[in-house]
Amino acid sequence: MKRLINLTPPPASRLFLGLLPFALLLLLYVIASDARLAENANDKLLPAFSQMGEAIDRMALEPSKRTGEYLFWQDTASSLKRLGLGVLIAAAIGLALGLFTGALPLVHAGVSPLLTVVSLIPPLAILPVLFILFGLGEASKVILIAIGITPFIARDLQRRTQEIPSEQLVKAQTLGANTSQIMVRVLLPQLMPKLIDAVRLSLGAGWLFLIAAEAIAATDGLGYRIFLVRRYMSMDVILPYVAWITLLAFLFDWLLATLSRRLFPWNAQGAH
Amino acid sequence: MIEVKNVGKSYDGNPVLERLNVTVAEGEFVTLVGASGCGKSTFLKMLLGTESPTSGELLLDGKPIASEPGPDRGIVFQQYSVFPHMTVLENVMAAVGFAQRGLTGYLFGSKRKQARQEAEAILTEVGLGHALKKYPHELSGGMKQRLAIAQALLGKPRILLLDEPFGALDPGIRADMHELVLRLWQEHKLTIFMVTHDIKEGFHLGTRLWVFDKVRHDPHAPQAYGATITYDLPIDHRARQPAPQTTEQTIAPLLAEAAS
Repeated sequence: MKRLINLTPPPASRLFLGLLPFALLLLLYVIASDARLAENANDKLLPAFSQMGEAIDRMALEPSKRTGEYLFWQDTASSLKRLGLGVLIAAAIGLALGLFTGALPLVHAGVSPLLTVVSLIPPLAILPVLFILFGLGEASKVILIAIGITPFIARDLQRRTQEIPSEQLVKAQTLGANTSQIMVRVLLPQLMPKLIDAVRLSLGAGWLFLIAAEAIAATDGLGYRIFLVRRYMSMDVILPYVAWITLLAFLFDWLLATLSRRLFPWNAQGAH
Repeated sequence: MIEVKNVGKSYDGNPVLERLNVTVAEGEFVTLVGASGCGKSTFLKMLLGTESPTSGELLLDGKPIASEPGPDRGIVFQQYSVFPHMTVLENVMAAVGFAQRGLTGYLFGSKRKQARQEAEAILTEVGLGHALKKYPHELSGGMKQRLAIAQALLGKPRILLLDEPFGALDPGIRADMHELVLRLWQEHKLTIFMVTHDIKEGFHLGTRLWVFDKVRHDPHAPQAYGATITYDLPIDHRARQPAPQTTEQTIAPLLAEAAS
C-alpha cells in the first residue's frame, strides 16, 4: 500500500469525486425540503425546486406588474454595471499606482506609507461617508467597490513590479533605454497578466461591497432584491439569486483566466 | 582605455576589494577567476555601474565610469538577461528601439523594417535564425544565452561584460558558445571582461587572465582585508589554442601554487 500522500485518483474518478459533494448536498436539500413541505405545505424555509422555478419564471420571464420591467435581468444588469465600473476603475488606478511605486523608488518613498494606511481602512466603515458625499445614487456604490479593492490591487502590483529581476532593468539600460521606455516596454507588459490575477482575486471582495451597498441603498440590483424579499421570507427567490451570483462569479473568474492564457502565452507556468 | 587606480570597495566597513591597480587596452579579452566571494563579480558590477568604488578611481578614457548602466557597456548575466514577454525577434528589436530617444521605445514604419533586418542578421549570426518567433521560455539554456549576446551586441557596446554567462550550460554547448564569443569578439572589435568559475575557460578565451584572491590575512578577523588581483597573466593564444591539453599543463602548476 502506497503512502496516502502518494495516492492520486485516476482521471475518471477525479470527476466523480469532484461532483460527489454537490450531488450529496442537493440530495440532502431535497430530502429536508420534502420533509418540511410534507408537514406544512406553506413552509417557506426550504422551498422545493419547482417553487424556485416558478419564482424565477415570475422574476425573469414575466414583466413586473408595477414597472413593466423584467426584474431578474434588470437586477443583473444594474449590479454588473456597478461591479464592472468599480473593478475597472480599481484596476486602472491600482495598475498605475503599482507600476509607479514599484518602479520608481522616489514615488515609492512618497506614496507607499499612505497606501499602506489607506489599505487598512475598512471600506464598509466609510460607506456612510460616501453616501453623505456622493448621495445615494450609482456613484457611491461604484466608488465603494473601487475604494475597497484598489489598495489590494495596487499593493499586489507594486510587489510584482519589484519582483521583476533587476537584471532585466540593467540590461535595458545597457541598451540605452530611458526610464519611461523601461516602464512601458519591460515592466508594463509583464504586469498585465499579474493585473488579471489581482482582479480575479479581488472580485470576491468586489461582490461583497456591491451587495452591501445595494442592501443599504438601492432601487434595483441583485443584492437589493435579496434583501428586499427577505422581508417576506421568500427563500424561493433568494436561493436562485444566490446561485445566479455564484454562477456569474465563476464565469468571470473562468473568463479572466482564459483571457490571460490566450493573451500572454509567455506567462505559462514555470516560464522565466 | 580603462584605468583602475587604487580602487577599493567595502560593504558596511568590510572590504571586499582593495588596492586594485590595472590598465586595460582596447580589444583585450580579460577573464576574471577566483574563489566565490572574492569580489570578481563586484569588480564587474563597478564596470557596469550598478556598484561604485568606495575608494580610488575607475576611469574609462580618462573619465570616471558612470554610476549607472549605459549603452557603452553591454552585459550578459548568467540568467534573467532576456525579456520573457518578447519573442526572440522582439527581444533583439527592442535593443534598437531602446537606442532611440522617445517615451515608449516602440519603432514604426521604415525604422521598424530596418531594425527587423538588423535583428534578423545578428540572430542568424549567433545561430538563432530558425527561432525568431519563439518565446525565451521555449529556448534551451544555450539558446537563451545566444539571444542575450545578440541583444547586447545590437546595443553596439564598446565593452562587453559577461557575468558567468556559461555557468549553467552543458560542456558541449559551452564549447560552441566559446567559439561564438571568440568570433564575435574579433568581428565586433570588442573589449570583453568575463567572470568565470572555470579556470580552464578563462585560459581558453582570454588574452589576459586575472586571479582574484586575498593577499593579507588576519586569522582573528577574517573580514579585515579585501581581495585584489594576485595574478595578471598575459596569454599568448597562437601558442596555446590548437592544443587544449597544454592549457591543462599550464593550469596545473598555477593551481598548485594557489593552493600552497
